[in-house]
Amino acid sequence: MKFGKMKSHRRNRLLLVLFLVATVGGATTFTLLALNENINLFYSPAQINAGEAPINRRIRAGGMVREGSVKRSTSDLGVSFIISDLKNAQVTVEFEGILPDLFREGQGVITLGELNSDGVFIAEEVLAKHDENYMPPEVADVIADAHGEGQYSSGSYEATPEDEMPEMKKVEGI
Amino acid sequence: MIPEFGHFALILALGLSLALAVLPAIGVVRQETLLMHSASSIAAGLFVFLLLSFFCLLTAFVQDDFSVTYVANNSNSALPIQYKAAAVWGAHEGSFLLWALIMSGWTLAVATFSGGLNLDMKARVLSVMGALSVGFISYLLFASNPFERSLPFYPPDGADLNPLLQDFGLIVHPPMLYMGYVGFAVPFSLAIATLTTGRLDAAWARWSRPWTNAAWAFLTVGITLGSWWAYYELGWGGWWFWDAVENASFMPWLMGTALIHSLAASEKRGVFKSWTVLLAISTFSFSLLGAFLVRSGVLTSVHAFAVDPTRGLFILIFLVLVIGGSLLLYAFKASGIKSQASYQWNSREAMLLVNNLLLVVATAAVLLGTLYPLLYEVLTDGRKISVGPPYFNRVFVPIVTLLFLVMVVAPHSRWKKTSSNLLVRQHWPYLVAAPFVAITITLMMGLALQWIAIGMETLALWILFLLARKWWLSEFRISSASYLGMLASHSGIAMAILGVVVTVYYSEGRDVRMAPGDVVTLSGYEFRLEGVSRVQGPNYVADQAEFHITKSDKEIAVLRPEKRYYSVAQNVMTEADIDPGLFRDLYVALGEPIGDSAWAVRLHVKPFVRWIWFGGLLVALGGFITLLDRRYRRITKTVGKLVAGVPA
Repeated sequence: MKFGKMKSHRRNRLLLVLFLVATVGGATTFTLLALNENINLFYSPAQINAGEAPINRRIRAGGMVREGSVKRSTSDLGVSFIISDLKNAQVTVEFEGILPDLFREGQGVITLGELNSDGVFIAEEVLAKHDENYMPPEVADVIADAHGEGQYSSGSYEATPEDEMPEMKKVEGI
Repeated sequence: MIPEFGHFALILALGLSLALAVLPAIGVVRQETLLMHSASSIAAGLFVFLLLSFFCLLTAFVQDDFSVTYVANNSNSALPIQYKAAAVWGAHEGSFLLWALIMSGWTLAVATFSGGLNLDMKARVLSVMGALSVGFISYLLFASNPFERSLPFYPPDGADLNPLLQDFGLIVHPPMLYMGYVGFAVPFSLAIATLTTGRLDAAWARWSRPWTNAAWAFLTVGITLGSWWAYYELGWGGWWFWDAVENASFMPWLMGTALIHSLAASEKRGVFKSWTVLLAISTFSFSLLGAFLVRSGVLTSVHAFAVDPTRGLFILIFLVLVIGGSLLLYAFKASGIKSQASYQWNSREAMLLVNNLLLVVATAAVLLGTLYPLLYEVLTDGRKISVGPPYFNRVFVPIVTLLFLVMVVAPHSRWKKTSSNLLVRQHWPYLVAAPFVAITITLMMGLALQWIAIGMETLALWILFLLARKWWLSEFRISSASYLGMLASHSGIAMAILGVVVTVYYSEGRDVRMAPGDVVTLSGYEFRLEGVSRVQGPNYVADQAEFHITKSDKEIAVLRPEKRYYSVAQNVMTEADIDPGLFRDLYVALGEPIGDSAWAVRLHVKPFVRWIWFGGLLVALGGFITLLDRRYRRITKTVGKLVAGVPA
């Protein structure tokens, strides 16, 4: 079977095209399925409080770590803390493991994990970014949404999200 | 004054790059040899002025000139000198200056080593490269000028370099990576130049090969170093994260790999020519796309990078111009390109075609996963998602497994047609030996048999055995550097596969709470925490733990991981300590203090992890070896004379 020559081998060419279409089609289907199963939707504390987030599914949640909310176990690496949108919404997060270097109370974090039926977020992963000046955009949105645009000062917080987000500094990744 | 000199040199460089883009092109149109000849000297001037500009920025860093905003943001008087120098490319502006400098370096290299490339062609190639430099340098000048001053009120001291970057990795990793990214501009420019002439001959492919190999080898070194750096510096023991930035470097690498193989077929057999041109365009486009993704901030929805819309817009426009323009040119010109060779399904040509197909599919899968969060946000009006490593693993691993299967057979196949008889005869002894060896070694190391791991190890050993056989049969005297390079690179891939599989399947790791005197056993190694003390570094203080590691009552290593506090940037950083070995790494990292003198500790035993990077370096070495091939030096004289389809 030769498929390099065009004229005398039209049928083979057709077979090749069919083969390519089948391969590419198969690969695309497989890829999209894999993609569909592995996207992690982001939910804000307010959405979680309102019951919009699915239970026992891998999702991401993020917010500011409430001051004074970090509690450690005395026997193992268990830790729990509260993330909030700096207003009314708040979610308790439980995590077992080592927290990232830039995890601190009063800072923005994003967590990956599952919400259990008690409304507690069981995190597998906690992300705080490499730069202390950096606020994850999801968290920035959460706070901006909670306070309504242009009314930052109406809450109990004096700082506006802009104040908390000094010009974002770049971490050169490559 | 020095920063102003640097700025001025950059402006002159912009002028020169404009001249380089325009003058030789006019020369080509009017067939004026003087203008065409001017390309080489303009290229040299361009390089000199960018180098000057670069040294000015370097001087500003070394002399702690904090009136320069970029220096103030990324350096500090207490920073050790080697990091002050490397901090030049520690953030966006300076790293892009390095990028432009490297671009002009490649341009000068093309001007210098183009040997017998005929004048017309040389002028065209250099003109295209000049046009690319115009884009890069104007981006520097107008959207990310590293020489900007914050006079009259400037900080007395700098904000310090991000502690994560204060490492040997910063010194070597970005330059290597950029050599690769930008190096792909050479085959790109050659493809464009060739398209404008409409003469796509074997000489074109042969001329492209060493440049492509060189760029690809640099990129391989860059990615390998990056993976190693991430492992010991920020990875907490991981070596690949499918992070958007990693993907940005991995996609051009995959496309470059496809290009290398396709060029081989185009040169030797005159097949796939039009496809090869498209690959040359795509490879460099992926380099630019990577730069765009990393620097524009469009991926902030998932990953944290610079946020400045003008920058993103600028690169986006540049990207659209370059990719759109070259694809348009391709659409008009490529239909005239005919490949005139026939081959059978079991020929080397067919296998290279499958290789290309799989590599392109793999790239597409990575691209989809990388851009999907962006797409999703746009389509769903702001819903944010992330695509996790499970997606990439599930899609990428099967594709590359198929690729490795082809890789077993392809180097031992023949052009045009391979007799199936020969294939069977060649392969069966190794197909029997490989799993036998894999199982024996696994059992000897006292590890559990896992069939997927054994399967992949078999594949890797099968590749290695066959390559070794080739070498053995030639009595270790392979005269062709290209062929030797191929053997080395393929062996490197096999080594890396072994490293990845063994590390993934047999690593043991635990996060534990440890107080002084506690002992934790992992894979037969006993990790004992002796104590934690305070130590002083040049620009940080650290809590340093001391671990004694023993196996069967024999002391293996003493590891001292640190938790560092950088006072200027007020950053905390984990500095892991590793006892490296050819067959296993012992890895200890300190988490945080958790009361009663106890610490959170991460312990890892990672067998064969180093093979990943040794493999990567061997892959790159293979790429460099091919540059020694004598044919590449002889052939340049014939460029433009050979006609399509003539076998080399």
